Formats: sequence, C-alpha cells, structure tokens
Amino acid sequence: MIDGFVIPLLKIVIVLNATLVGVTYMVLLERKVIAWAQSRLGPMRVGPHGILQPIADAVKLMLKEDITPARADKWVFTVAPIISMVPALIVYAVIPFGPEVSLFGRQVTLYITDINVGLLYIVSVASVGVYGIILAGYASNSKFPLLASLRASAQLISYEVAVTLTLVSVVLMSGTLSMVGIVRAQESAHLWFAFAQPLAFGIFVIGSLAETNRAPFDLPEAEQELTGGFHTEYSGMRFALFFLAEYANMIVVSSVATTLFFGGWLRPFPNWAALSFLDFIPSWTWFLIKSFVFLYFFVWVRATLPRYRYDQLMRLGWKLLIPLAIANLVLTGIIRVALL
Amino acid sequence: MITPTHYMLLSAALFIIGVIGVMVRRNIIIIFMSIELILNAVNINLIAYSYQLQDVIGQVFAVFVIAVAAAEAAVGLGIILAFYRNKETVNIDEMNLMRW
Amino acid sequence: MGEAIAFYTLAAFILGFAVLVITTKDTVHSVLFLVLDFLFVAALYVMLNAPFLAAIQVLVYAGGIVVLYLFVVMLVNLKRLPEAFQDPNRHGRIGLILSVAVLLELAAIAALGVGSVAPVRTAARALPVTGNTEQVGWMLYTSYLIPFEIASMLLLVAMIGAIVLAKREL
Repeated sequence: MIDGFVIPLLKIVIVLNATLVGVTYMVLLERKVIAWAQSRLGPMRVGPHGILQPIADAVKLMLKEDITPARADKWVFTVAPIISMVPALIVYAVIPFGPEVSLFGRQVTLYITDINVGLLYIVSVASVGVYGIILAGYASNSKFPLLASLRASAQLISYEVAVTLTLVSVVLMSGTLSMVGIVRAQESAHLWFAFAQPLAFGIFVIGSLAETNRAPFDLPEAEQELTGGFHTEYSGMRFALFFLAEYANMIVVSSVATTLFFGGWLRPFPNWAALSFLDFIPSWTWFLIKSFVFLYFFVWVRATLPRYRYDQLMRLGWKLLIPLAIANLVLTGIIRVALL
Repeated sequence: MITPTHYMLLSAALFIIGVIGVMVRRNIIIIFMSIELILNAVNINLIAYSYQLQDVIGQVFAVFVIAVAAAEAAVGLGIILAFYRNKETVNIDEMNLMRW
Repeated sequence: MGEAIAFYTLAAFILGFAVLVITTKDTVHSVLFLVLDFLFVAALYVMLNAPFLAAIQVLVYAGGIVVLYLFVVMLVNLKRLPEAFQDPNRHGRIGLILSVAVLLELAAIAALGVGSVAPVRTAARALPVTGNTEQVGWMLYTSYLIPFEIASMLLLVAMIGAIVLAKREL
C-alpha cells in the first residue's frame, strides 16, 4: 500500500512543486543574469536583491483581469494554455533524479517511474505540446498570434526531427530506451555520451534551443515583428501558464540533456576511486548541478546572440542539422556494428 | 472478464463511426479524419489479438498501418491543398470534375 | 474487475470522441476531438501491454499526422461553410442506415461467431529478446524486413508526392 501508492504520490507532489518553484526562480535567474550581462542591476526592490520577485510576479499575474477577446473561440482559447502546460509537467514522470537510495529505513527510487519506453514517452509527450501553441494562435482570432503560431509550430516540427534523430544515436549507444538504463549504460561504458557523441550533443543543444523557442531562435515571440507572439491576446493567469510552460520546457530539456549526455546523477569520473571523496555529495545534487549549468547556458545564449531570420532558421534546420544528424546516426550504427 | 470479443465490438463500432463519417459528411478534411478513425479501429483489433495470442506480430502489423496512415495523410492533404487553391472549396460534392 | 472498468471507460471515451469528430460543425474542434480520441486509443494500447505502440501512436498520430490536419484546416480559410452545397444525388440517410446495418452484422458475428469457435491458443513465439520494444524491433528487422523496407519506400514516395502536389511551382 505504502510502496505502491503513497510514495509515488509523494514523489509526484515533490517533483511538481519543485518544478514550479524552479520555474519561477528560473525567471528571476534569467532577469538577473541578463541584467548583469547588460551592466544593470535587474529586479532589486522585492526582498534583498529581488529574491522575492517571483512571488510578487505570481501574485500580480493571478490578480490581473482575465480577458477573452470577443471574437475568440472561447473553448479552444481556454484549453490552449492547459494543453501547453500539461505535457511540460508530465514529462518529469520518467526523468531519473538519482538511483535507488535508502531513506528513513526504506528503499526509495529517486524517480517517479522507470518505463521501458521512457525516452520515446518524452519525445511523444513533447510532440503533443505543439498543440497549445497552434490552438492559442488560432483561437485568438487575430492575425499576429496566428502568424506567430504558424511560425512556432513549423519551427517546432522541423527541429523536433533533428533532435529526435540525435536521441536515436544515443539509444544506439545505450541499447535501451529506459532513462535509468541510459544512465547505467554511461556508468558501465565509463563515458558520458556527450564525449562519445559530440556531434549529436551539439545538434541536440541547438535543436533544443529552437524547440523551447529561446533566443537566438525566439522568432515566434519576436516582439518587433509580431507584437509578442502567439500569446498576444492572453492575459492574467492564462498568459502565466504559457510562460510557465516555456520555462518548464527549458527545465525538461536540461534534465533530458543531463540524463542522456552528462551521465544523469553520476558524479564526474564515477569509476575513479581517487575521486570517491566526492560521494558525500548526494546523487540528486549532481543531477541538479548539471541541469543548472544547462539552464545557465540557455540564459547566457539569450544575452549574447542576436536573433536569426526565419528563412535562415529553416535552412539551418532542414539543410544542415537534419543531414548532419542522419550522418551521425549512420556513422554511430556502423561503428557499433564494427565494434560488436 | 474482458475477452477479445469486447475489443472486436469496440473496433467494429469505431470502424462504423468512421464509415458513417465518410458517407455522411461533405467536408473532405472530416472525411480524411474518419479514415484515420477506421485505421485506428483496425489497429485496436490487431493489438487486442496480439495481446490475446501473446504474439508480437499484431503490433508489427499495426506499425505498418501507422506508416501507411502517415503516407495517406501527407498525400491526401497535399491533394486537398492543391484542389483548394484552384476551386476554393473543400466540399466533395463540388469535386465533380476529373480535371480543371 | 479493474480491467473491465478501465476497458469500459476507455471504450466510452474512444467512441464518444469519435462521434464528436464526425458530428462537430467547427473543423478545428473536430481535429481536437480526433487528438483526444487518439490519446485514449494510446491508453488502450498501454492496457493491452503494447507500450511501444502507444508511444508511437502518440508520436506519429497525435504529434505528427493531426498537426498536419490542423495546418491544412488553418490554411484552408473558407469563405463559405464547407457543407453548404449538397449534391442532390447524394443519399446520406441511406448510407447511415447501411452503416448501422453493417455494425449490427459485425456485432452479431463477433458475439455469436466467436463463442462457437474454440479460441486459438498458440504458444508464445520464442524470441531471443525480452521487452516489448525489443520484440517489435526484432520482428521488424528479421521476418518482416522486406515489408519494412517497402513501408519506408512508401513513406519516401508519399513525401515527394506531397511536396509536388502542394508546392505552387516547382
């Protein structure tokens, strides 16, 4: 009873809450880092150094008036933010934050579940998230959101192909689709897959920047051309849901990158006995540190790089990343067969 | 106790809903979606028997059905777009010319 | 018991959304119901011990094919209702009646026919791998290699065909 029901439920509650807190503080981190990059201070007023700013933002967004445009498709308009939020959250069901540990005299796994098709589950759930964007643009019944949502979904679908192909080459290395199995494969191979698959990793990083609609690929939200993107007509909590979904997706992508390419919960050089003093740091902390590096990288890129043009973005995706990903996949397959 | 008969009945009902969609609706996009429903009904049957017989071949067939559905959707929607560009309609009752 | 509850719930959702798909006036709503329908079919696959097929169903159908439909619905910006004109030679009602007759026939075959025939129980096929994904992959790349290659050719041809059809000038 406790093992089958209470503990999974507790894990779900903890992961969901941690994610939402993480998302709100991700926004603060982004504002602070970008301010630092631009020699500004960023939010400073709410709490010491603006540390309570996310709470103030959340309260503001919840208290704002929730407007539905008169000619909007009301049902779809209401459902769209939910559709984009839910996939971003249910992905965490298969992300392993750590191995099995004993906690209060009980063996507990630090992941909600480990399914045989874990990676496929992540890819397929992420592909459903596109609907939120398309429907938001359609339901607003307004031209800028419609254009932005067509752009966004075209971009997402194009880059999803490249990213999925890189994931296939990781699966070729690990021989399993289970997220825990992939980490274990990196442990037994004595190698983080980022070093075994540098090209796949590079394509994954670029593709995931595009898939999360982040700079330099944030065309769907290009303020100068589209007045804000597919969520132009949204306000209040529904707008906040899109915002949360975007940042939750960033955290998902960082977690997936950590699991697939950087050994998940493993400490650096897990097979060197000389470094075993590092074991006093718990496994999930390594996971969080690695994911944080990724998230910081996301913000750093946004502060540094200018935006792509739309045709350049499409050309990069279809004519460079996808052929490279396929070539990498074929090469990985040949090497695997040769080594067996 | 859920027997294969239950799955067959579900599959038959879904199939017939798809057939009714094809026969009654005149919007060609809805008709295409009805065809997708029919293909899903077939897949339910295949996978129910794969489960019943403990044989994975049913799932292999379902993979082929999905591949064919993807191909059909791509070509069909291409035809719809080409037709719409020329005639500005998606009503199949107005598609009564072999060429234009 | 649990299996029965799960089956009847999923079946009700699958059939309910299927009916909504073919009866809804607004095409975009229809597409949305189709996505929901496919998600519930995927849940049925999970129940039938086919997690790989469930994931593929969501990835290819819900995440791929139906997005295409949504794109086309949005691109085809109709000035008049698609169902405005009806061919006077069309007999929708007869089609409906015939469909229901076929449904009854199929139901009768399923309910009466299966009971009289002893269920065929084959021995589980011995595959050198365990796990649903591995087994499907094994069959695809051994016994069904040629159909698999043909299917990939079919997809390639469909891709080229779709581009040729949809592009304004080549």
